[in-house]
Amino acid sequence: MWDYTDKVMEHFLNPKNVGRIENPDGIGEVGSLACGDALTFTFKLGPDGRIADAKFQTFGCASAIASSSVLTEMVKGLTLEEAEKITNKDIVERLGGLPEQKMHCSVMGHEALMAAIAYYRSKGKGAPPAVKSGKIVCTCFGVTDEEIRRVVRDNNLTTVEQVTNYCKAGGGCGGCKGQIEKLIEEVQGDKVRQLRTAPEPQPRKLTNIQKIALIQEVLGEQVRPAMRAHGGDIELIDVVGNRVIVAFRGMCASCKLADYTMKEIVEAKLHEYVSPDLIVEEETDSAQRPHNHQES
Amino acid sequence: MDPVIYMDNNATTKVDPAVVEEMLPYFEQWYGNPSSMHSFGGRVAKKIQQARERIAALLGCQPDEILFTSGGTESDNTAIHGTLAAYPRKRKIITTRVEHPAILSPCRHLEQHGYEIYELSVDRQGRLSLDELAEVLDDNTALVTIMYANNETGVIFPIEGIGALCRARGVPFHTDAAQAVGKIPLNLKDSTIDMLSLSGHKLHAPKGIGVLYIRRGVRLVPFILGGHQEAGRRGGTENVPGIIGLGKAAELAGAYMEDENTRVRALRDRLEAKILATCPDTIVNGDRQNRLPNTLNVSFEYVEGESILMMLNQYGICASSGSACTSGSLEPSHVMRAMGVPFTAAHGSVRFSLSRFNTQQEVDFVGEKIGPIIHRLRQLSPFVKTA
Repeated sequence: MWDYTDKVMEHFLNPKNVGRIENPDGIGEVGSLACGDALTFTFKLGPDGRIADAKFQTFGCASAIASSSVLTEMVKGLTLEEAEKITNKDIVERLGGLPEQKMHCSVMGHEALMAAIAYYRSKGKGAPPAVKSGKIVCTCFGVTDEEIRRVVRDNNLTTVEQVTNYCKAGGGCGGCKGQIEKLIEEVQGDKVRQLRTAPEPQPRKLTNIQKIALIQEVLGEQVRPAMRAHGGDIELIDVVGNRVIVAFRGMCASCKLADYTMKEIVEAKLHEYVSPDLIVEEETDSAQRPHNHQES
Repeated sequence: MDPVIYMDNNATTKVDPAVVEEMLPYFEQWYGNPSSMHSFGGRVAKKIQQARERIAALLGCQPDEILFTSGGTESDNTAIHGTLAAYPRKRKIITTRVEHPAILSPCRHLEQHGYEIYELSVDRQGRLSLDELAEVLDDNTALVTIMYANNETGVIFPIEGIGALCRARGVPFHTDAAQAVGKIPLNLKDSTIDMLSLSGHKLHAPKGIGVLYIRRGVRLVPFILGGHQEAGRRGGTENVPGIIGLGKAAELAGAYMEDENTRVRALRDRLEAKILATCPDTIVNGDRQNRLPNTLNVSFEYVEGESILMMLNQYGICASSGSACTSGSLEPSHVMRAMGVPFTAAHGSVRFSLSRFNTQQEVDFVGEKIGPIIHRLRQLSPFVKTA
């Protein structure tokens, strides 16, 4: 059971400012049903340019609801410039703390506020602001490199586990943990460099047996967990020279991974960890089958 | 503390007071080691034998087919590793996508070490296909391990059909029956099951005690090595009070089997009917025709499970959820995902699991509270447009 503060329970059981403002000046919608939490945040400005009213609707756990509720209280009476300075850390402080694994709830609140302000600023200028900017790093939860950099910076994070707690990245299949590590290093620099222990992959001449074993290992550790998480699987059929023949089993059509060709992902992993000369081919049998979920 | 309404019996159960009473003398008074040569210890050995017989009576097997372990997880690990060691040339295990982690984790670990693991899929109702099993069973298969009944949905698998397929192929068949024992009458003598795991704390015995049933003649290499206890099949001084408690609990489970399948089932059905009548957009997860009598898994669409549990908790009501926030990970339960339950519903799944200690008054109290809780949370949800 989570150890929630009294303040969190108070906002969860008696949330403030529930609802959706009609014709709002700003609206931010973040999260999704698939990810397990989602928030719609709306605000209206008063004649003095300060936030006169703010409301929320949240699908999520107790800490997500409490974070949204406290956020609406915090922003009232602020100018947009002042509201922009609020970080997820301020939300956590106002709640008297959140369990580590629940930090992403405060980050979601912060994202919704930023999205709502961006919406207001873009009004009348045509295009609505992009909801996400940057490059997707975590395909399971759709988290971009920019989002990861921001939580690392704002909360002074140094480990992948912390990043997962704060923005979910790396919390699904775990296939992006290496990339998250690099982003942490990029932001934190020397502070974390000596903490890292994972050795960089080194180019080396492999015997055939070593090559096959290494391919098995990479598929097992880097690829299979991601496929499993999405209801699929991968099997190594054969290795002929530099041709790696694999079969895919039952991929889920609705998942984000379907946006990419699985073959390219597998090839990229093998290039990174085994050898840049490898070519991935799909077994004829497997290629003819649709990679879909069985519904009955 | 306010009174607790406990409807989380698939997680763990209350130790029956009669079980506690049976155990108590074996802490301070009769604390001898059952392996000792003195009659002070010998007396304890006799009591262990009685427990073994009581459990054998519940399972419909011979007392010497009962191996005491530290619980369901150890029983499962013993069955898997012990069988693989007995058949070193066979490299494949068949299991399902909806097993308990006590099966899935060791299997996935073995996969990293070169074993082939085949996980059978389930349909939207959580049912297995015997055809799929028949298709993948082969001479390389060392073990088939399939749970008797699912802990999250209560769905009961066609165990005898599975066992018959395995037997025809000469493949050992293990079942994790932690949720089934005490709820479904068993007669292992006339069954196709070769090995069966059970867990004490799921049937009103204490935590830390379990059993692995091993049919006579089934090959199994010991998993925990040590002394000669349990006929050399599991080292370590016996958990004497636990074993004695489990023996008593097994006797009681036999006596209450009828109650479990009539009164408890009626209570579960009453709760189900009340929830479906008061909460729109609610789905029952799992095959309702083939389900444990005590288990109810419902999905409340557009609301999140942990929020529901926290609200129920305000009234002292204990249940559990397959939502991401409660599963200890960021994704909803593997069982809900394997069944293809849509995300709208998987995150809002709640399991109520009853026991013989529940009353109609409690069921009515929960039935009365749940409607307003769901309504309230839906008012907060951005996905409900009518709220």
